[in-house]
Amino acid sequence: MYLSRKSVRKDRRTRLGPLSALSHVALVVWTVLMIVPILWTFLASVKSEEEIFGDAWSLPASLRWDNFARAWEQAHIGQYMLNSVIVVSFSTLGTMLLGSMAAYVLARYPFRGNRGFYLLFVSGLAFPVYLALTPLFFVVQNMGRVIPFIGLNTHAGVVLVYIAYSMPFTIFFLAAFFRTLPTAVAEAALVDGASHTRIFFQIMLPMARPGLVSITIFNVLGQWNQYQLPLVLLQERDKWVLTQGIADISTAAGYDQDWSALFAALTLAILPMLVVYTVFQRQIQSGLTAGALK
Amino acid sequence: MIAPYVQAFYIAMTDWRGVSAAPRFTGLENFQRLFSDGIFWKAVSHNALLLVLLPLITIVLALFFAFLLNVGGKGVTGVRGSKFYRVVFFFPQVLAVAVVAVLFQQVFRPDDSGMLNGPLMALGLSPVGFLSDPSVAFWSVLGVMVWQAVGFYVVLFSAGLASIPGDMFEAAQIDGAGRFSLFFRITLPLLWDTVQVAWVYLGILALDVFAIVWVMTDQHGGPDFSTTVMAAEIYRNAFQYFRFGYASALGVIMFFFTIGFAILALRLSRRERIEY
Repeated sequence: MYLSRKSVRKDRRTRLGPLSALSHVALVVWTVLMIVPILWTFLASVKSEEEIFGDAWSLPASLRWDNFARAWEQAHIGQYMLNSVIVVSFSTLGTMLLGSMAAYVLARYPFRGNRGFYLLFVSGLAFPVYLALTPLFFVVQNMGRVIPFIGLNTHAGVVLVYIAYSMPFTIFFLAAFFRTLPTAVAEAALVDGASHTRIFFQIMLPMARPGLVSITIFNVLGQWNQYQLPLVLLQERDKWVLTQGIADISTAAGYDQDWSALFAALTLAILPMLVVYTVFQRQIQSGLTAGALK
Repeated sequence: MIAPYVQAFYIAMTDWRGVSAAPRFTGLENFQRLFSDGIFWKAVSHNALLLVLLPLITIVLALFFAFLLNVGGKGVTGVRGSKFYRVVFFFPQVLAVAVVAVLFQQVFRPDDSGMLNGPLMALGLSPVGFLSDPSVAFWSVLGVMVWQAVGFYVVLFSAGLASIPGDMFEAAQIDGAGRFSLFFRITLPLLWDTVQVAWVYLGILALDVFAIVWVMTDQHGGPDFSTTVMAAEIYRNAFQYFRFGYASALGVIMFFFTIGFAILALRLSRRERIEY
């Protein structure tokens, strides 16, 4: 019995042989295409200037870690990364706090105009960013004239814009999520005398944890990788976020004749993402694809 | 949220250049100028080409890989190491487009210090101007976009495949279905909904593309506007030429393209769902 099943399986394996080999080749080729450009960049980040302009595939004679120091200090990657961290922390925090509260109310409390508010928020999904670029620039400029703290070239201004842009999808996603949660628990808490605020923070938010994790990852990555909005809103160099710094660095490297610092800067931008991704890859994959599966 | 969009439509009909003087209302003049602008048509044609090719190539590759990783192995399981492949394929998705753009600027270097041209020249071939040759640059942009996008859709399709009951594949295999019919007769029809979602997402990506073109290509959409796209022209006109009215007119046109695409996609995707 065992033998026959084994032979059947073996038979099928030989039948699928060449095709199976081909499919493995395809997978390996694509893996190489994914990994090699990134490894090549890592390698170039410890090369000297001459080695970078020499043969692309040569190994560095010695590991030049000082490239990283120059990228961090002189190319201001450290400063840009700090700016990114500041902007993204505040904007994600704000997005999640406001978004979850709005989504909860819209999903759970029937009131006049509920549907209207929901549609108004979610309609933001249909409008592309670039259409609003020009007016947005002037809206933020005018905000800055009234309250200098949130005008152009301020991180607080960018945080507000990020929150506004993340809101439609966050509300769309979380409202759908809150609707799927059972109502009985909240009702029991209400009978026991818990306030609405307390129900929200102590009962509904913990219950919505999986949804919150997904959408937080979605927002953190989306805002960390945002390029077009900061390009318009942050024009002073010392306010730049990491994507702007990286995008500008090839121009800067051309001026300074410092291409090894460019590769070091790229490595500094990629490596943290790689580490975070390896640790949280399950959550990140489900977080980013969650929106598409809704 | 809404106010900037309403303003955009109004600004599109003025000759506003951002200075404090009141903008003059010019009606549809900006649109007339747009339609006789060669660069505008270049940008539109590039977006249109991307709209067709990016979803097509990405979905075909992603379906193929997702099939191999989930059903294509022995029995109806994935091939060995499928988890590893999925993790690796998805990685570019978490990188910022601006970072990917600078990375590939280096990969595409025109001399033997480039990752691709180095081996080509070592083999005695002449180097390819991936970004400097106007007839090649657009394909480099498309290639990088596919490079970054495929992994996401492999994971998306894998999730879709996981929700298809395994006995369907097993039953088909017992009935003697080979891997080709397993793919075309079972996988594709059952995954059709997810494929359509992917199509809409990639279509929007193709219409929205900005950072990869602006950062990676020579002269922001060059050489000689051979890679420029609508979003790049909006940014160029608004924040480099300060022609805000003209840029907004471009934005309005692009908005109608996007809405048109979305409506078309929704119309075409009305189809019976297969229940299982």
